[in-house]
Amino acid sequence: MSTGPAATTPALRLRDVGMVFGAGGARPVTALDGIDLTVAPGELISLIGPSGCGKSTLLRLLADLLSPTSGELEVDGGTAAQARLGRRYGMVFQAATLLEWRKVAANIELPLEIMGVRKAERRARALEMLRLVGLAEFDDSYPWQLSGGMQQRVAIARALVFRPAILLMDEPFGALDEMTRERMQAELLQIWRESGTTIVFVTHSIPEAVFLSTRVVVMSPRPGRIADVIDVDLPRERDDDTREQQQFFELTTRVRDALRKVDAGSTVDPPVGA
Amino acid sequence: MSPAARPRRPAGPLWSARLRSAAPALALFVGTLVVLEVALRLGRVPSFVLPAPSRVVLAMVEEWPTLGGAGLATFAGAVSGLVLGSVLAVLAAFASARWASVRRGALPLAVALNSMPIIVLAPVANAWFGLLNPFGTVGVVAVLVFFPVMINMLRGLLSATASQRELMASYASTRRSDLVRLQLPTALPFLFSALKVAAPLSLIGAIVKEYFGGPQDRLGQYITTKAALFQFPDAWAAIVLASCFGIALYLAVVLLERRAMPWHVSVRSAA
Repeated sequence: MSTGPAATTPALRLRDVGMVFGAGGARPVTALDGIDLTVAPGELISLIGPSGCGKSTLLRLLADLLSPTSGELEVDGGTAAQARLGRRYGMVFQAATLLEWRKVAANIELPLEIMGVRKAERRARALEMLRLVGLAEFDDSYPWQLSGGMQQRVAIARALVFRPAILLMDEPFGALDEMTRERMQAELLQIWRESGTTIVFVTHSIPEAVFLSTRVVVMSPRPGRIADVIDVDLPRERDDDTREQQQFFELTTRVRDALRKVDAGSTVDPPVGA
Repeated sequence: MSPAARPRRPAGPLWSARLRSAAPALALFVGTLVVLEVALRLGRVPSFVLPAPSRVVLAMVEEWPTLGGAGLATFAGAVSGLVLGSVLAVLAAFASARWASVRRGALPLAVALNSMPIIVLAPVANAWFGLLNPFGTVGVVAVLVFFPVMINMLRGLLSATASQRELMASYASTRRSDLVRLQLPTALPFLFSALKVAAPLSLIGAIVKEYFGGPQDRLGQYITTKAALFQFPDAWAAIVLASCFGIALYLAVVLLERRAMPWHVSVRSAA
Protein backbone atom coordinates (compact mmCIF):
# COMPACT_ATOMS: atom_id res chain seq x y z
CA MET A 1 0.00 0.00 0.00
CA SER A 2 1.44 3.36 -0.98
CA THR A 3 1.15 6.69 0.73
CA GLY A 4 1.31 10.06 -0.94
CA PRO A 5 0.60 10.71 -4.61
CA ALA A 6 0.80 7.46 -6.54
CA ALA A 7 0.59 6.35 -10.14
CA THR A 8 -2.74 4.56 -9.55
CA THR A 9 -6.14 6.25 -9.87
CA PRO A 10 -6.44 8.68 -6.97
CA ALA A 11 -9.17 8.00 -4.42
CA LEU A 12 -10.12 11.66 -4.54
CA ARG A 13 -9.18 14.46 -6.89
CA LEU A 14 -10.40 18.04 -6.60
CA ARG A 15 -9.49 20.62 -9.22
CA ASP A 16 -10.23 24.29 -8.55
CA VAL A 17 -13.40 23.36 -6.66
CA GLY A 18 -15.55 26.26 -5.46
CA MET A 19 -18.83 26.38 -3.60
CA VAL A 20 -21.04 29.45 -3.39
CA PHE A 21 -24.26 29.30 -1.36
CA GLY A 22 -27.09 31.49 -2.57
CA ALA A 23 -25.33 32.20 -5.87
CA GLY A 24 -27.32 34.74 -7.86
CA GLY A 25 -29.11 35.87 -4.70
CA ALA A 26 -28.68 39.14 -2.85
CA ARG A 27 -25.96 37.89 -0.50
CA PRO A 28 -24.03 34.97 -1.95
CA VAL A 29 -21.65 33.28 0.50
CA THR A 30 -18.47 31.76 -0.84
CA ALA A 31 -17.89 28.68 1.29
CA LEU A 32 -15.02 27.20 -0.73
CA ASP A 33 -12.70 28.69 -3.30
CA GLY A 34 -10.02 27.18 -5.51
CA ILE A 35 -9.66 23.85 -3.73
CA ASP A 36 -7.02 21.61 -5.31
CA LEU A 37 -6.37 18.31 -3.60
CA THR A 38 -5.43 14.80 -4.64
CA VAL A 39 -5.70 11.89 -2.23
CA ALA A 40 -4.13 8.51 -2.99
CA PRO A 41 -5.92 5.26 -2.16
CA GLY A 42 -5.24 4.19 1.43
CA GLU A 43 -4.37 7.68 2.69
CA LEU A 44 -5.86 9.14 5.86
CA ILE A 45 -6.33 12.87 5.33
CA SER A 46 -7.43 15.31 8.02
CA LEU A 47 -9.18 18.56 7.24
CA ILE A 48 -8.60 21.08 10.01
CA GLY A 49 -9.48 24.72 10.33
CA PRO A 50 -11.53 27.25 12.28
CA SER A 51 -15.32 27.19 12.18
CA GLY A 52 -16.67 28.42 8.89
CA CYS A 53 -13.65 27.33 6.84
CA GLY A 54 -15.88 25.02 4.80
CA LYS A 55 -14.39 21.70 5.86
CA SER A 56 -17.78 20.11 6.43
CA THR A 57 -18.97 21.57 3.14
CA LEU A 58 -15.98 20.02 1.41
CA LEU A 59 -16.87 16.64 2.90
CA ARG A 60 -20.45 16.99 1.67
CA LEU A 61 -19.22 17.79 -1.83
CA LEU A 62 -17.20 14.57 -1.81
CA ALA A 63 -20.30 12.74 -0.55
CA ASP A 64 -22.48 14.22 -3.31
CA LEU A 65 -24.80 15.61 -0.66
CA LEU A 66 -23.98 19.02 -2.19
CA SER A 67 -22.88 19.93 -5.72
CA PRO A 68 -19.96 22.32 -6.30
CA THR A 69 -20.71 25.55 -8.12
CA SER A 70 -17.35 25.41 -9.92
CA GLY A 71 -14.43 23.10 -10.53
CA GLU A 72 -14.08 19.37 -10.99
CA LEU A 73 -14.43 16.66 -8.45
CA GLU A 74 -13.51 13.00 -8.83
CA VAL A 75 -14.31 10.31 -6.27
CA ASP A 76 -12.93 6.79 -6.70
CA GLY A 77 -12.29 7.35 -10.40
CA GLY A 78 -15.76 8.69 -11.23
CA THR A 79 -18.03 11.60 -10.41
CA ALA A 80 -19.21 12.16 -6.84
CA ALA A 81 -22.73 11.18 -7.90
CA GLN A 82 -21.47 7.91 -9.36
CA ALA A 83 -19.60 7.22 -6.13
CA ARG A 84 -22.71 7.82 -4.05
CA LEU A 85 -25.03 5.78 -6.26
CA GLY A 86 -22.40 3.04 -6.42
CA ARG A 87 -22.06 3.09 -2.61
CA ARG A 88 -18.34 3.72 -2.87
CA TYR A 89 -18.09 5.66 0.39
CA GLY A 90 -19.36 5.39 3.96
CA MET A 91 -20.10 8.42 6.11
CA VAL A 92 -19.81 9.05 9.86
CA PHE A 93 -21.31 12.17 11.43
CA GLN A 94 -20.51 14.04 14.63
CA ALA A 95 -23.67 12.59 16.18
CA ALA A 96 -23.79 8.82 15.85
CA THR A 97 -27.10 9.18 13.98
CA LEU A 98 -28.22 5.68 14.85
CA LEU A 99 -31.86 4.93 14.15
CA GLU A 100 -33.23 4.63 17.68
CA TRP A 101 -35.97 2.14 16.75
CA ARG A 102 -33.42 -0.37 15.46
CA LYS A 103 -31.30 -2.54 17.68
CA VAL A 104 -27.54 -2.25 17.29
CA ALA A 105 -27.14 -5.12 14.81
CA ALA A 106 -30.09 -3.87 12.75
CA ASN A 107 -28.52 -0.40 12.63
CA ILE A 108 -25.34 -1.85 11.17
CA GLU A 109 -27.40 -3.88 8.71
CA LEU A 110 -29.19 -0.74 7.46
CA PRO A 111 -26.95 0.00 4.44
CA LEU A 112 -26.85 -3.68 3.46
CA GLU A 113 -30.63 -3.83 3.71
CA ILE A 114 -30.97 -0.81 1.41
CA MET A 115 -28.55 -2.48 -1.01
CA GLY A 116 -30.67 -5.63 -1.04
CA VAL A 117 -28.26 -8.02 0.67
CA ARG A 118 -29.87 -11.24 1.94
CA LYS A 119 -30.85 -11.38 5.60
CA ALA A 120 -28.49 -14.17 6.66
CA GLU A 121 -25.49 -12.47 5.08
CA ARG A 122 -26.50 -9.08 6.50
CA ARG A 123 -26.62 -10.49 10.00
CA ALA A 124 -23.30 -12.31 9.63
CA ARG A 125 -21.53 -9.19 8.36
CA ALA A 126 -23.07 -6.98 11.05
CA LEU A 127 -21.86 -9.33 13.76
CA GLU A 128 -18.41 -9.45 12.18
CA MET A 129 -18.25 -5.63 12.22
CA LEU A 130 -19.44 -5.57 15.85
CA ARG A 131 -16.54 -7.82 16.75
CA LEU A 132 -14.17 -5.49 14.88
CA VAL A 133 -15.29 -2.49 16.95
CA GLY A 134 -15.33 -4.53 20.17
CA LEU A 135 -19.08 -4.56 20.77
CA ALA A 136 -19.84 -8.20 19.97
CA GLU A 137 -22.14 -8.67 22.94
CA PHE A 138 -24.31 -5.60 22.21
CA ASP A 139 -25.99 -6.73 18.97
CA ASP A 140 -29.37 -7.08 20.71
CA SER A 141 -29.24 -3.73 22.58
CA TYR A 142 -31.00 -0.54 21.63
CA PRO A 143 -28.79 2.49 20.88
CA TRP A 144 -29.97 4.33 24.02
CA GLN A 145 -28.48 1.55 26.13
CA LEU A 146 -24.97 2.40 24.86
CA SER A 147 -22.60 5.20 25.88
CA GLY A 148 -21.68 7.96 23.44
CA GLY A 149 -18.38 6.32 22.53
CA MET A 150 -20.03 2.95 21.96
CA GLN A 151 -22.69 4.55 19.77
CA GLN A 152 -20.01 6.18 17.65
CA ARG A 153 -18.29 2.78 17.28
CA VAL A 154 -21.57 1.38 15.99
CA ALA A 155 -21.74 4.26 13.52
CA ILE A 156 -18.24 3.42 12.28
CA ALA A 157 -19.16 -0.25 11.99
CA ARG A 158 -22.23 0.76 9.99
CA ALA A 159 -20.13 2.91 7.65
CA LEU A 160 -17.66 0.08 7.02
CA VAL A 161 -20.05 -2.89 6.81
CA PHE A 162 -20.49 -2.63 3.04
CA ARG A 163 -16.72 -2.31 2.55
CA PRO A 164 -16.65 1.11 0.89
CA ALA A 165 -13.41 2.28 -0.70
CA ILE A 166 -13.63 5.62 1.10
CA LEU A 167 -14.69 6.67 4.59
CA LEU A 168 -15.84 10.27 5.12
CA MET A 169 -15.86 11.34 8.77
CA ASP A 170 -17.28 14.66 9.97
CA GLU A 171 -15.86 15.38 13.44
CA PRO A 172 -16.84 11.88 14.53
CA PHE A 173 -15.17 12.11 17.95
CA GLY A 174 -16.06 15.75 18.61
CA ALA A 175 -18.69 14.96 21.24
CA LEU A 176 -16.61 12.45 23.20
CA ASP A 177 -14.55 12.98 26.34
CA GLU A 178 -10.77 13.12 25.98
CA MET A 179 -10.01 9.57 27.18
CA THR A 180 -12.67 7.94 25.02
CA ARG A 181 -11.54 10.09 22.16
CA GLU A 182 -7.93 8.91 22.30
CA ARG A 183 -9.02 5.28 22.54
CA MET A 184 -11.30 5.73 19.53
CA GLN A 185 -8.45 7.30 17.56
CA ALA A 186 -6.25 4.27 18.20
CA GLU A 187 -9.10 1.96 17.19
CA LEU A 188 -9.75 3.93 14.02
CA LEU A 189 -6.08 3.67 13.07
CA GLN A 190 -6.19 -0.07 13.56
CA ILE A 191 -9.32 -0.38 11.41
CA TRP A 192 -7.69 1.82 8.79
CA ARG A 193 -4.54 -0.34 8.68
CA GLU A 194 -6.57 -3.54 8.47
CA SER A 195 -9.09 -2.38 5.89
CA GLY A 196 -6.93 -0.19 3.65
CA THR A 197 -9.82 2.26 3.37
CA THR A 198 -9.10 5.82 2.26
CA ILE A 199 -10.27 8.13 5.04
CA VAL A 200 -11.10 11.84 5.00
CA PHE A 201 -11.39 13.05 8.58
CA VAL A 202 -12.75 16.48 9.52
CA THR A 203 -11.64 17.69 12.95
CA HIS A 204 -11.15 20.70 15.21
CA SER A 205 -8.39 19.03 17.19
CA ILE A 206 -4.72 19.49 16.30
CA PRO A 207 -3.35 16.40 18.16
CA GLU A 208 -6.15 14.31 16.69
CA ALA A 209 -5.30 15.42 13.16
CA VAL A 210 -1.59 14.70 13.63
CA PHE A 211 -2.06 11.39 15.42
CA LEU A 212 -4.39 9.98 12.76
CA SER A 213 -3.25 11.36 9.45
CA THR A 214 -0.81 10.76 6.67
CA ARG A 215 -1.40 14.41 5.71
CA VAL A 216 -3.08 17.32 7.49
CA VAL A 217 -4.89 19.82 5.29
CA VAL A 218 -5.10 23.20 7.03
CA MET A 219 -7.95 25.37 5.81
CA SER A 220 -8.61 29.09 6.11
CA PRO A 221 -12.07 30.66 6.49
CA ARG A 222 -14.18 33.08 4.41
CA PRO A 223 -13.75 31.93 1.75
CA GLY A 224 -12.60 28.41 2.60
CA ARG A 225 -9.22 27.75 1.03
CA ILE A 226 -6.45 25.27 1.55
CA ALA A 227 -3.83 27.25 3.45
CA ASP A 228 -1.28 24.50 3.98
CA VAL A 229 -0.79 20.77 3.63
CA ILE A 230 1.46 19.17 6.22
CA ASP A 231 2.91 15.70 5.64
CA VAL A 232 2.86 13.59 8.78
CA ASP A 233 5.97 11.42 8.58
CA LEU A 234 5.20 9.40 11.69
CA PRO A 235 5.31 5.61 11.24
CA ARG A 236 2.00 3.96 10.32
CA GLU A 237 2.04 2.01 13.57
CA ARG A 238 1.10 4.58 16.20
CA ASP A 239 0.12 4.18 19.83
CA ASP A 240 -0.13 6.22 23.01
CA ASP A 241 3.66 6.61 23.12
CA THR A 242 3.52 8.35 19.77
CA ARG A 243 1.71 11.24 21.43
CA GLU A 244 4.72 11.85 23.66
CA GLN A 245 7.42 11.77 20.99
CA GLN A 246 9.38 14.85 19.99
CA GLN A 247 8.36 14.40 16.35
CA PHE A 248 4.67 14.39 17.32
CA PHE A 249 5.19 17.57 19.29
CA GLU A 250 6.95 19.26 16.36
CA LEU A 251 4.18 18.30 13.97
CA THR A 252 1.41 19.60 16.23
CA THR A 253 3.40 22.84 16.54
CA ARG A 254 3.62 23.14 12.76
CA VAL A 255 -0.14 22.59 12.39
CA ARG A 256 -0.79 25.08 15.19
CA ASP A 257 1.43 27.71 13.56
CA ALA A 258 -0.34 27.21 10.25
CA LEU A 259 -3.71 27.64 11.97
CA ARG A 260 -2.50 30.80 13.76
CA LYS A 261 -1.47 32.34 10.46
CA VAL A 262 -4.87 31.46 9.05
CA ASP A 263 -6.57 32.99 12.06
CA ALA A 264 -4.53 36.17 11.85
CA GLY A 265 -5.82 36.48 8.30
CA SER A 266 -2.33 36.88 6.89
CA THR A 267 -1.27 35.41 3.59
CA VAL A 268 0.06 31.98 4.24
CA ASP A 269 3.47 31.29 2.73
CA PRO A 270 4.55 27.80 1.92
CA PRO A 271 6.11 26.26 5.02
CA VAL A 272 9.81 26.92 5.41
CA GLY A 273 11.77 23.66 5.72
CA ALA A 274 11.56 22.56 9.36
CA MET B 1 -38.39 -23.07 48.97
CA SER B 2 -38.04 -25.54 46.11
CA PRO B 3 -36.02 -24.38 43.09
CA ALA B 4 -39.04 -24.88 40.85
CA ALA B 5 -40.97 -22.21 42.70
CA ARG B 6 -38.23 -19.66 42.17
CA PRO B 7 -39.11 -18.20 38.78
CA ARG B 8 -42.53 -17.18 40.04
CA ARG B 9 -41.13 -14.99 42.77
CA PRO B 10 -40.75 -11.73 40.83
CA ALA B 11 -44.48 -11.76 40.05
CA GLY B 12 -45.35 -11.03 43.68
CA PRO B 13 -43.30 -7.87 44.25
CA LEU B 14 -44.08 -6.63 40.74
CA TRP B 15 -47.82 -6.75 41.29
CA SER B 16 -47.64 -5.25 44.74
CA ALA B 17 -45.45 -2.48 43.34
CA ARG B 18 -47.99 -1.81 40.62
CA LEU B 19 -50.77 -1.78 43.18
CA ARG B 20 -48.80 0.62 45.33
CA SER B 21 -48.25 3.01 42.43
CA ALA B 22 -51.96 2.88 41.59
CA ALA B 23 -53.03 3.21 45.24
CA PRO B 24 -53.41 7.03 45.38
CA ALA B 25 -55.62 7.11 42.31
CA LEU B 26 -57.68 4.15 43.53
CA ALA B 27 -58.10 5.69 46.98
CA LEU B 28 -59.20 9.01 45.53
CA PHE B 29 -61.68 7.28 43.22
CA VAL B 30 -63.25 5.10 45.93
CA GLY B 31 -63.15 7.95 48.44
CA THR B 32 -64.97 10.30 46.08
CA LEU B 33 -67.66 7.69 45.47
CA VAL B 34 -68.16 7.13 49.20
CA VAL B 35 -68.27 10.86 49.97
CA LEU B 36 -70.70 11.42 47.09
CA GLU B 37 -72.91 8.57 48.23
CA VAL B 38 -73.07 9.80 51.85
CA ALA B 39 -73.46 13.49 50.95
CA LEU B 40 -76.14 12.89 48.32
CA ARG B 41 -78.16 10.64 50.66
CA LEU B 42 -77.81 12.82 53.77
CA GLY B 43 -78.44 16.00 51.81
CA ARG B 44 -81.48 14.45 50.09
CA VAL B 45 -80.25 15.78 46.80
CA PRO B 46 -82.84 15.03 44.13
CA SER B 47 -81.70 12.51 41.52
CA PHE B 48 -82.15 14.94 38.59
CA VAL B 49 -79.32 16.98 40.09
CA LEU B 50 -77.08 14.01 40.81
CA PRO B 51 -78.16 10.47 41.66
CA ALA B 52 -76.19 8.57 44.31
CA PRO B 53 -73.51 6.23 42.89
CA SER B 54 -75.32 3.17 44.23
CA ARG B 55 -78.47 4.13 42.32
CA VAL B 56 -76.49 4.54 39.13
CA VAL B 57 -74.97 1.08 39.57
CA LEU B 58 -78.42 -0.35 40.23
CA ALA B 59 -79.81 1.37 37.13
CA MET B 60 -76.92 0.01 35.07
CA VAL B 61 -77.73 -3.56 36.17
CA GLU B 62 -81.47 -3.17 35.59
CA GLU B 63 -81.07 -1.44 32.24
CA TRP B 64 -78.25 -3.64 30.97
CA PRO B 65 -80.32 -5.50 28.32
CA THR B 66 -81.00 -2.24 26.44
CA LEU B 67 -78.05 -0.19 27.69
CA GLY B 68 -75.40 -2.80 26.84
CA GLY B 69 -76.62 -3.13 23.27
CA ALA B 70 -76.85 0.66 22.82
CA GLY B 71 -73.36 1.09 24.24
CA LEU B 72 -71.87 -1.52 21.94
CA ALA B 73 -73.60 -0.04 18.89
CA THR B 74 -72.33 3.46 19.69
CA PHE B 75 -68.88 2.08 20.45
CA ALA B 76 -68.83 0.27 17.11
CA GLY B 77 -69.75 3.50 15.32
CA ALA B 78 -67.05 5.45 17.15
CA VAL B 79 -64.35 2.85 16.44
CA SER B 80 -65.34 2.56 12.76
CA GLY B 81 -65.17 6.34 12.42
CA LEU B 82 -61.86 6.44 14.26
CA VAL B 83 -60.33 3.79 12.00
CA LEU B 84 -61.72 5.31 8.80
CA GLY B 85 -60.71 8.88 9.72
CA SER B 86 -57.24 7.82 10.85
CA VAL B 87 -56.54 5.76 7.74
CA LEU B 88 -57.61 8.65 5.49
CA ALA B 89 -55.57 11.06 7.60
CA VAL B 90 -52.44 8.93 7.35
CA LEU B 91 -52.85 8.64 3.58
CA ALA B 92 -53.34 12.41 3.30
CA ALA B 93 -50.23 12.93 5.43
CA PHE B 94 -48.24 10.64 3.10
CA ALA B 95 -49.33 12.67 0.10
CA SER B 96 -48.56 15.97 1.83
CA ALA B 97 -45.15 14.77 2.97
CA ARG B 98 -44.31 13.50 -0.50
CA TRP B 99 -45.38 16.52 -2.56
CA ALA B 100 -44.67 20.02 -1.31
CA SER B 101 -47.40 21.39 -3.62
CA VAL B 102 -50.01 19.17 -1.94
CA ARG B 103 -48.70 20.30 1.42
CA ARG B 104 -48.88 23.98 0.51
CA GLY B 105 -52.37 23.54 -0.88
CA ALA B 106 -53.87 21.24 1.71
CA LEU B 107 -52.36 22.43 4.95
CA PRO B 108 -54.02 25.89 5.20
CA LEU B 109 -57.30 24.23 4.30
CA ALA B 110 -56.78 21.57 6.95
CA VAL B 111 -55.97 24.16 9.58
CA ALA B 112 -59.01 26.26 8.63
CA LEU B 113 -61.33 23.25 8.71
CA ASN B 114 -59.80 22.17 11.99
CA SER B 115 -60.76 25.50 13.57
CA MET B 116 -64.36 24.82 12.56
CA PRO B 117 -66.34 23.02 15.30
CA ILE B 118 -66.80 19.83 13.28
CA ILE B 119 -69.56 18.68 15.61
CA VAL B 120 -71.94 21.19 14.01
CA LEU B 121 -71.95 18.74 11.13
CA ALA B 122 -73.98 16.33 13.27
CA PRO B 123 -77.46 17.61 12.38
CA VAL B 124 -76.38 18.08 8.76
CA ALA B 125 -75.11 14.51 8.59
CA ASN B 126 -78.61 13.31 9.34
CA ALA B 127 -79.87 15.21 6.33
CA TRP B 128 -77.07 13.79 4.16
CA PHE B 129 -77.21 10.15 5.10
CA GLY B 130 -80.69 9.75 6.62
CA LEU B 131 -81.47 9.31 10.29
CA LEU B 132 -80.95 5.57 10.46
CA ASN B 133 -77.89 5.21 8.24
CA PRO B 134 -74.98 4.19 10.50
CA PHE B 135 -72.58 5.96 8.17
CA GLY B 136 -73.88 9.27 9.51
CA THR B 137 -72.12 8.61 12.82
CA VAL B 138 -69.08 6.99 11.20
CA GLY B 139 -68.72 9.96 8.86
CA VAL B 140 -68.96 12.61 11.59
CA VAL B 141 -66.42 10.78 13.75
CA ALA B 142 -64.07 10.27 10.77
CA VAL B 143 -64.13 13.99 9.95
CA LEU B 144 -63.63 14.83 13.62
CA VAL B 145 -60.49 12.72 14.06
CA PHE B 146 -59.06 13.37 10.58
CA PHE B 147 -57.31 16.67 11.29
CA PRO B 148 -55.48 15.99 14.54
CA VAL B 149 -54.22 12.71 13.09
CA MET B 150 -53.23 14.15 9.72
CA ILE B 151 -51.43 17.20 11.05
CA ASN B 152 -49.46 15.20 13.63
CA MET B 153 -48.64 12.41 11.19
CA LEU B 154 -47.41 14.94 8.65
CA ARG B 155 -45.22 16.62 11.25
CA GLY B 156 -43.86 13.21 12.19
CA LEU B 157 -43.11 12.24 8.61
CA LEU B 158 -41.11 15.45 8.18
CA SER B 159 -39.29 15.32 11.51
CA ALA B 160 -36.25 13.21 10.60
CA THR B 161 -33.04 15.13 11.35
CA ALA B 162 -30.74 16.54 8.68
CA SER B 163 -28.04 13.95 9.51
CA GLN B 164 -30.54 11.12 9.26
CA ARG B 165 -31.60 12.31 5.82
CA GLU B 166 -27.96 12.73 4.76
CA LEU B 167 -27.23 9.24 6.02
CA MET B 168 -29.97 7.75 3.87
CA ALA B 169 -28.83 9.84 0.89
CA SER B 170 -25.28 8.56 1.35
CA TYR B 171 -26.64 5.03 0.86
CA ALA B 172 -28.46 6.16 -2.30
CA SER B 173 -31.68 5.11 -0.58
CA THR B 174 -34.82 5.42 -2.70
CA ARG B 175 -37.83 7.52 -1.71
CA ARG B 176 -39.77 4.38 -0.87
CA SER B 177 -36.95 3.05 1.26
CA ASP B 178 -36.68 6.44 3.02
CA LEU B 179 -40.38 6.30 3.79
CA VAL B 180 -40.28 2.77 5.21
CA ARG B 181 -36.93 2.90 7.00
CA LEU B 182 -36.78 6.49 8.22
CA GLN B 183 -39.96 8.55 7.91
CA LEU B 184 -42.51 6.02 9.15
CA PRO B 185 -40.62 5.04 12.32
CA THR B 186 -39.95 8.72 13.04
CA ALA B 187 -43.65 9.47 12.64
CA LEU B 188 -44.90 6.71 14.95
CA PRO B 189 -44.60 8.68 18.23
CA PHE B 190 -46.47 11.58 16.59
CA LEU B 191 -49.16 9.25 15.27
CA PHE B 192 -49.74 7.69 18.67
CA SER B 193 -50.00 11.03 20.50
CA ALA B 194 -52.60 12.02 17.92
CA LEU B 195 -54.48 8.73 18.36
CA LYS B 196 -54.53 9.22 22.12
CA VAL B 197 -56.39 12.48 21.53
CA ALA B 198 -58.53 11.07 18.74
CA ALA B 199 -59.72 7.95 20.61
CA PRO B 200 -61.81 9.73 23.29
CA LEU B 201 -62.76 12.33 20.68
CA SER B 202 -64.33 9.61 18.52
CA LEU B 203 -66.66 8.58 21.32
CA ILE B 204 -67.66 12.19 22.02
CA GLY B 205 -68.33 12.66 18.33
CA ALA B 206 -70.45 9.54 18.06
CA ILE B 207 -72.62 10.36 21.09
CA VAL B 208 -73.12 14.01 20.21
CA LYS B 209 -74.05 13.01 16.67
CA GLU B 210 -76.65 10.65 18.15
CA TYR B 211 -78.15 13.46 20.28
CA PHE B 212 -79.33 15.01 17.03
CA GLY B 213 -81.21 11.94 15.98
CA GLY B 214 -80.60 8.41 14.89
CA PRO B 215 -81.65 4.90 15.81
CA GLN B 216 -83.14 4.60 19.31
CA ASP B 217 -80.78 1.83 20.39
CA ARG B 218 -77.74 4.12 20.63
CA LEU B 219 -76.19 5.80 23.67
CA GLY B 220 -76.87 9.37 22.51
CA GLN B 221 -80.57 8.74 21.93
CA TYR B 222 -80.77 6.68 25.13
CA ILE B 223 -79.38 9.55 27.21
CA THR B 224 -81.63 12.24 25.68
CA THR B 225 -84.70 10.02 26.05
CA LYS B 226 -83.99 9.08 29.66
CA ALA B 227 -83.23 12.70 30.57
CA ALA B 228 -86.49 13.83 28.99
CA LEU B 229 -88.33 11.22 31.08
CA PHE B 230 -86.54 12.36 34.25
CA GLN B 231 -84.97 8.91 34.63
CA PHE B 232 -81.64 10.35 35.63
CA PRO B 233 -80.07 7.28 37.23
CA ASP B 234 -80.53 5.55 33.83
CA ALA B 235 -79.01 8.53 32.00
CA TRP B 236 -76.06 8.50 34.39
CA ALA B 237 -75.61 4.78 33.91
CA ALA B 238 -75.27 5.47 30.18
CA ILE B 239 -72.78 8.28 30.86
CA VAL B 240 -70.66 5.98 33.04
CA LEU B 241 -70.78 3.29 30.36
CA ALA B 242 -69.66 5.82 27.73
CA SER B 243 -66.73 6.81 29.96
CA CYS B 244 -65.75 3.16 30.34
CA PHE B 245 -65.73 2.72 26.57
CA GLY B 246 -63.67 5.91 26.22
CA ILE B 247 -61.12 4.68 28.74
CA ALA B 248 -61.01 1.25 27.10
CA LEU B 249 -60.34 2.81 23.70
CA TYR B 250 -57.58 4.99 25.13
CA LEU B 251 -55.96 1.99 26.83
CA ALA B 252 -56.16 0.04 23.59
CA VAL B 253 -54.18 2.82 21.89
CA VAL B 254 -51.60 2.79 24.71
CA LEU B 255 -51.19 -1.00 24.42
CA LEU B 256 -50.81 -0.73 20.66
CA GLU B 257 -48.21 1.99 21.17
CA ARG B 258 -46.16 -0.21 23.48
CA ARG B 259 -46.24 -3.04 20.98
CA ALA B 260 -45.39 -0.77 18.05
CA MET B 261 -42.49 1.20 19.54
CA PRO B 262 -40.84 -0.49 22.51
CA TRP B 263 -37.74 1.59 21.78
CA HIS B 264 -39.33 4.98 22.45
CA VAL B 265 -38.53 7.08 25.55
CA SER B 266 -42.16 7.39 26.56
CA VAL B 267 -42.63 3.62 26.47
CA ARG B 268 -39.38 2.52 28.08
CA SER B 269 -39.76 4.94 31.01
CA ALA B 270 -43.32 3.74 31.56
CA ALA B 271 -42.25 0.08 31.61
